[in-house]
Amino acid sequence: MRLTAEETARAADFLTQAIAKLAQRPVRLMEVCGTHTVSIFRNGIRQLLPPTVELVSGPGCPVCVTPNQYLDTAIAYSGREDTILATFGDMLKVPGSQSTLMAEKTQGADIRIVYSPLESLTMARDNPEKAVIFLAVGFETTAPTAAATILQAAQQGLDNFFVLSAHKLVPPALRTILAAPDIRVDGFLLPGHTAAISGFAPYQFVVSEYQVPAVITGFEALDILQAIYMLLAQIAAGKAELANQYRRVVKPAGNEAAWNILQQVYQPAAAIWRGFGEIADSGLALRPEYSAFDAKLRLPLAAVVTREPAGCRCGEVLCGRIRPKDCPHFGHSCTPEHPVGACMVSVEGACAAWYKYGQGRWNYA
Amino acid sequence: MLPGINTAKDGGIMHNQEELILLGHGSGGRLSHDLIKNIMVSAFANPLLAELHDGARFSIDGTKLAFTTDSYVVKPRFFPGGDIGKLAVCGTVNDLAMCGAKPLYLSAGFILEEGLPIAELKKIVESMRATAQVAGVTIVTGDTKVVERGAVDGIYINTAGIGAILPQADITASRVKPGQEVIVSGYLGDHAIAVMSERHGLTLPSEIISDCAPLNGLIQELLTEVPAISMLRDPTRGGLATTLNEIAADAGVGIVLEERSLPVRPEVSAVCELLGFEPLYLANEGKVVVFVEKEYSEKVLKIMHQYQVSAAARIIGTVSDKAAGQVALRTMVGGLRLLDMLSGEQLPRIC
Repeated sequence: MRLTAEETARAADFLTQAIAKLAQRPVRLMEVCGTHTVSIFRNGIRQLLPPTVELVSGPGCPVCVTPNQYLDTAIAYSGREDTILATFGDMLKVPGSQSTLMAEKTQGADIRIVYSPLESLTMARDNPEKAVIFLAVGFETTAPTAAATILQAAQQGLDNFFVLSAHKLVPPALRTILAAPDIRVDGFLLPGHTAAISGFAPYQFVVSEYQVPAVITGFEALDILQAIYMLLAQIAAGKAELANQYRRVVKPAGNEAAWNILQQVYQPAAAIWRGFGEIADSGLALRPEYSAFDAKLRLPLAAVVTREPAGCRCGEVLCGRIRPKDCPHFGHSCTPEHPVGACMVSVEGACAAWYKYGQGRWNYA
Repeated sequence: MLPGINTAKDGGIMHNQEELILLGHGSGGRLSHDLIKNIMVSAFANPLLAELHDGARFSIDGTKLAFTTDSYVVKPRFFPGGDIGKLAVCGTVNDLAMCGAKPLYLSAGFILEEGLPIAELKKIVESMRATAQVAGVTIVTGDTKVVERGAVDGIYINTAGIGAILPQADITASRVKPGQEVIVSGYLGDHAIAVMSERHGLTLPSEIISDCAPLNGLIQELLTEVPAISMLRDPTRGGLATTLNEIAADAGVGIVLEERSLPVRPEVSAVCELLGFEPLYLANEGKVVVFVEKEYSEKVLKIMHQYQVSAAARIIGTVSDKAAGQVALRTMVGGLRLLDMLSGEQLPRIC
């Protein structure tokens, strides 16, 4: 049901007042997901909260946590004459060590934007003499579609379609944050759409092992306000429970069909996250049965030299250690037009959201 | 070396020396602005150009005139609600109208690709004729060039236009003052989504039609009846957000928009959500933003509601003395956030 503007404003007012009453002591809440970060800024939610409630962005922007090594590999593939790269648009501008996919495209590399990985199958069929590599970046939400694409490619017997997987799972990164002694988080706004696929189970450890309240949260302004209220209520009552604010979409068992397809094609593997380093079992690698589609195995490259940009603090932003405006580059040498790090490029990046919606460089008092 | 990337040197950040033109330079957003300011305006430097309005305004033997030009490269050439020919006439007519002028004469320059079907050219030219007739302008001079296959994509059109400035009109940023209201003439983003859905073959539950239309009739009545109107601008490339940012910067004022008042069709919102666009940054080709003292707002709306092109007009915000040069949006839930200029490319070849 869609609320009218009037009803939305009234509900927001009610929730804001309830939050103000509960927020007696300073709390630090992490919105894990980049889509939440964007919604929070887009809706001006931070301004509606009392000063005691601090929101900090987490590692849930897939483009941001993709390390330079992956970008450099993709760029190296784009330099091959017989190769078409298929990618989601937001990967284009992310700086690698030496270049970006956008720069390579401007200079003639065959890099095409897709809205769904399935489009890359059509590309492979239409260009049988070329290798089509899909840049598979994303969390539990996007991995099932990529997995379904691989299943279709297998069914169609395509031998020129490949996947360069940087798929990741969210829960292992949360465990890393919880285990870090220098990162304080009093409650998590958990990503509604990854939980919609995986169900509750992978997030249970947050409350059972670490006793930190967690709420699976939707993406509208009112969802987020309600989830903040639910977290504050748990904190006030001294509870730590896994609650579901996003009931209209997330079921406790998740989306079993999608989860099964993901499991059928992928298996957990160690993965490197920008800012975190290697996290065990946090990535998704193709199972041996589907290795024919694994770009890394089938199209070997010479070793790629990788370095992270000098002075960029994206990694610390992604772990919730610092705020974007604490980085000396933010808004000066790092802007959306001339980004230094991935967090300023991706539409879901914390730095991009801070910059675009004015936090840290604009104050409408 | 690579375009648009920072390279760290000696611990500092420097911009690359060998920059290339990117699609984002044509988006109407910040990149376009910087390009125009740094290359064109600095080379052609003169007081008329420096105004950076939709057209230049000057007097010849005491007659106040407006002069403007625009090129059209829209892809595809035909889309729901219009085509490149209709666009080429409306765009220039509207730019003249935004200068407070009555559009009179247009030129038309064609760059044609070898192999373009003549029937298609005829259709486009006929559309220009019909649109010019509706707008009451005459196409009086032109030019035609043909280039080899692949050198352009089918057909590009340039139109320039000249108009007589209405005696009552005084359209200038310096008249925009705190307390004035901001009125937009109707739904935002229709043109861009119509073109995009045609280009990508999107099947939508209901067809979205471009708003491409000449606005000079409406503008003439508005300026005649309400001389208090301080500013007019058509939010084309870069959308409403970019247009308002330009006005806020030129006038040295802040602007606060109310999200709940912004007219966006639900189907346009839905497509935007799907494709990651924002309606406030989408091009319109038959819309106008009007700034006027509060006491005249109702009169402006009353006139607008009599025209089909502005039947959905409404007040969307106010001019503020805070945060000069910037635009704020008060969201549905009551938060206030910056509505910045478009950064990078949103949609290439939309007009």
